[in-house]
Amino acid sequence: MPTINKRISEEIRAQARKLLEEGEVAAVLGYGAGSLPMTVKPLVVRNPEDCSKLIWNTFCVLNLANYLPAALKSVEPPRGPRDPKPEGPLPKVAILVTGCWSRNIVVQIQEHQVARDRVVVMGVGSRGMVSRRKVAALFPGLEILAVKEGDHELVVQGADFAETINRWSVVRDNCQSCTHPDPVLVDVRIGEPVSERKNPNPFMQVDAIEQKTGDERWAWFTAEFATCIRCYACRNACPLCYCPTCFVDDAKPQWVGKSLDAVDTGLFHILRAYHCAGRCTDCGTCETVCPMGINMRMLTKKLNKDVLNLYNIEAGMEPDAPLPLTTYTMDDPEKFIATEVTPVPGAVKEGK
Amino acid sequence: MISYMPYPVRIDDIVVETEDGNQKTFKLVFENEAHRKAWKHVPGQFAMLSLAGQGEIPIGIASSPTEEDHLLFTVNRAGKVTTALHQMNIGDRMGVRGPLGNGFPVDTEMKGKNVVIIAGGFAVTTLRATLISLLARRQEYGKITFIYGARTPGMLLYRDELQQWAQRGDIDLHVTIDREAPGWEGLVGFVPTIAGEVAPSPENSVALICGPPIMIKFTMPPLEAIGWTDDQVYLSLENRMKCGEGVCCHCNVGPTLVCKDGPVFTRGQVKQLPIEY
Amino acid sequence: MIEEWNKVHVVYVPAMEKQAAASPDWAPGWCRLDSSSIALTFPLPIGPTPASVKTFFFPQPETLLTYTLENNHPDKGLMREPERSRDMQVVLGVRPCDARSVLLNNLPYQEDQFFQANRQRTALVGFSCDQTLSTCFCTRMGGSPLDSEGLDLALSRTEDGFLIEVCSEKGEALVADLELAPAPESDISALAARRNAGGNPSATELDSLKGSELGTLYDAPLWQSLGEACINCGACTFICPTCYCFDIQDEVVRGQGRRIRYWDSCMFPLYSLHTSGHNPRGQKVQRTRNRFLHKLKYFPDRFGPFSCVGCGRCVQDCPVNIDIREVMDDLIHLTAVE
Ligand SMILES: Cc1cc2nc3c(=O)[nH]c(=O)nc-3n(C[C@H](O)[C@H](O)[C@H](O)COP(=O)(O)OP(=O)(O)OC[C@H]3O[C@@H](n4cnc5c(N)ncnc54)[C@H](O)[C@@H]3O)c2cc1C
Ligand code: SF4
Ligand code: SF4
Ligand code: SF4
Ligand code: SF4
Ligand code: FES
Repeated sequence: MPTINKRISEEIRAQARKLLEEGEVAAVLGYGAGSLPMTVKPLVVRNPEDCSKLIWNTFCVLNLANYLPAALKSVEPPRGPRDPKPEGPLPKVAILVTGCWSRNIVVQIQEHQVARDRVVVMGVGSRGMVSRRKVAALFPGLEILAVKEGDHELVVQGADFAETINRWSVVRDNCQSCTHPDPVLVDVRIGEPVSERKNPNPFMQVDAIEQKTGDERWAWFTAEFATCIRCYACRNACPLCYCPTCFVDDAKPQWVGKSLDAVDTGLFHILRAYHCAGRCTDCGTCETVCPMGINMRMLTKKLNKDVLNLYNIEAGMEPDAPLPLTTYTMDDPEKFIATEVTPVPGAVKEGK
Repeated sequence: MISYMPYPVRIDDIVVETEDGNQKTFKLVFENEAHRKAWKHVPGQFAMLSLAGQGEIPIGIASSPTEEDHLLFTVNRAGKVTTALHQMNIGDRMGVRGPLGNGFPVDTEMKGKNVVIIAGGFAVTTLRATLISLLARRQEYGKITFIYGARTPGMLLYRDELQQWAQRGDIDLHVTIDREAPGWEGLVGFVPTIAGEVAPSPENSVALICGPPIMIKFTMPPLEAIGWTDDQVYLSLENRMKCGEGVCCHCNVGPTLVCKDGPVFTRGQVKQLPIEY
Repeated sequence: MIEEWNKVHVVYVPAMEKQAAASPDWAPGWCRLDSSSIALTFPLPIGPTPASVKTFFFPQPETLLTYTLENNHPDKGLMREPERSRDMQVVLGVRPCDARSVLLNNLPYQEDQFFQANRQRTALVGFSCDQTLSTCFCTRMGGSPLDSEGLDLALSRTEDGFLIEVCSEKGEALVADLELAPAPESDISALAARRNAGGNPSATELDSLKGSELGTLYDAPLWQSLGEACINCGACTFICPTCYCFDIQDEVVRGQGRRIRYWDSCMFPLYSLHTSGHNPRGQKVQRTRNRFLHKLKYFPDRFGPFSCVGCGRCVQDCPVNIDIREVMDDLIHLTAVE
């Protein structure tokens, strides 16, 4: 019996080929095989013949939603900046998603970065993705040359060893704490739906930091971010970051210094996290891609917790729900707008 | 050794060149006599203007080496550093690092030849430096043709000097503006059109062309039609620059570093490069 | 030995764990031995150290100039040379690939005062590689796991200890006051034999790229898919020992200013953006191509060797698994077809 992911891979190839052959989509966003153990490459497939390159395994850690706006743009007919939009519907793109990535697409739709009618969502229920780092940490000083994947175990092989480990034990932290592994948007279902996971406290890691004293928390923060080299992989891998000019790149005014000063690095991370508040789906890509192994996800996770507690909202769960931090309601606990603009209560009009 | 240390200079004079106030010429004098003596440049070279607290920007040297006691830079107000520079006053201190880059071949390929200078907008700066240099040794060059265009009369740089040049008999001067304007009695039309009408002979000649890319693009066909070749035409490239010394890689166009191998290239050389400028 | 050095010099070893906090003479990815630390042994991973040695020669940031902006100060706005540490620093555990990277970076930095000063005051103590990783390809780039090029002292393991090769005057000074036993002839010849067995390192297979037309490489179809996958983070360039681009900027804190240079990456759109808004490399594919062609074509055209030592760091850490070895294979294939 082939493994679940082998079967899913087959299904992906078949469905992708069908979509491309029928002209339903102009491109499929998926993964191809990587050149190292435990890696995959994001892949844009445009020809039905290339669909055989598509794979699905337990190391698909990169959030494909990040590529969606560019992929949509790439299939549009070329036009100059001032040319009008062509008549008729624009070509579509199919994309592989799990729970959190589908929610990222919902946020992209809510924020008008992506048009719903141009996306064909190929939904896969996630069984949790494995962290390459966690696996490597189990074999200190040894190089891993191959990893074979079963449904519940991994066989890790090196030059002179082969060991079987439990898969769930090396699943990424964000996946272990995830409660919505199944996509919230599905046009083409791949494999079996997976049910909601019960998790008594998805915010355990955050709570552990919150319970520290102020000084201890500061010590955690400074130590955690001390080795950041400001490569911005965390920012660039994130599907939420699409500002044309990021605040760290702005020269007029310059918000953040460019050297490795701890204050500037800290500021970058705090501002980045706040920009993600109410939008982050805890996909964990930022943490996964960091070459220095920094857990900047703790910051966004803390804000996810706050948004859940304050607004009872988890990002991207409902396409029609208002965005928590860009919507003003009259019963906002912070009265700053009402008190500053008009001293007379009740004189504020709705809207704007 | 490259030290990234600018020479300290003071702003001796500021001239607002254009009617929109966005182009100013800064006259800089060295604070230290030894630095003045050490400074030697060729027209077409550039320098880093350094503002403490703001940064450094590459600006073409608008003065000629023959104007020995000062340096001129004409700066368009564009971003952070140029805006700060525009707010400076006479007497303020700043820095100049350079001269950098290669410059026009005034002492080599241009010697003894007819020189055709074609300038559009405020790219005229280093061409002004070149013209002043040529005029200082007028007998060493053949016929000099100077074609210069701007959007409106008020957008022409160096207006006083243009009048002086017009009065000399030894420059074939064509100054043009894009559209008719009240009070303007000179030429009207885009630079490429005027260049086509002037039709300078390619015989024993070189051309120096600086201006917006679109102007350069349309100026070439009429010249090619009358026999100009790519190796006779010199262009000046711009790219974002940081070190200006060929170290930081910022200015690369394929394998070429604009700051060190350029900014002046023949059109033939430019055609070999990928279009990354 | 290390103990002796530590008394007079600042000694760094590769950091295997995350370090606590940053002090002024801190180098990311390396830890400074302090005299109180008793542990004078340190773990050295197989293959390259986590962080490359470029941080010692090309620190992030390097202060180029300092000045004051205090009103009424007579020197307001006057640039001064920065105060710089002249202490010798000894870096332990340098691998041959990294040692070679210093020589490669020295080519563009030949005239750079700061880089040269840092070279003056840094001694590299290297360890040859008995084992390599599957991602190591130094031999393909013209290096070798047993190389001593670029090192001041080169240590190789023998049956009962280490063979120390003194490769420079700086290396000489480091061992001068130590009572070391002269190496037995047998060990020396054994090492020489191992080196010979490895064959002469050469990048012949790749040399076809040097001769090939820029246009062929530039228009290669592979850039499209690479550019599409690349997220244009700077990870590959920052961890790379041979990426050396920098940006310069002014920083002012309470009236005291400094002009610094810090690592930049041609993967960032800002790198090439003009003030007019025009960007000569505005598209991802153009930037991805620039990084690889800089290493494999532009740099060799200018200086001779390729700007890559085959350490494999970028292969391991690229989040989207863009593998320079595959890029090279594709380019070689392309030029062979031509
Ligand atoms: C060889 C050369 C000669 C030049 N000569 C002149 C001249 O004579 N007059 C003039 O007005 N302008 C000239 N420029 C353009 C001028 O350098 C830019 O307008 C200037 O750098 C903008 O700086 P800023 O700080 O105002 O803009 P910001 O965008 O705020 O600057 C940020 C940084 O970007 C870099 N940068 C941005 N755009 C450019 C660009 N187009 N070229 C180079 N670097 C850039 C600079 O290094 C600057 O430090 C020249 C450029 C080059 C390369
Ligand atoms: S901030 Fe991190 S976890 Fe949140 S959506 Fe972005 S990449 Fe994913
Ligand atoms: S990916 Fe890691 S090293 Fe890079 S900027 Fe983000 S936290 Fe810093
Ligand atoms: S090649 Fe990889 S590491 Fe380099 S910028 Fe692209 S995604 Fe980042
Ligand atoms: S390009 Fe990659 S393999 Fe080559 S030196 Fe840089 S990090 Fe190492
Ligand atoms: S500006 Fe630094 S290399 Fe040209």
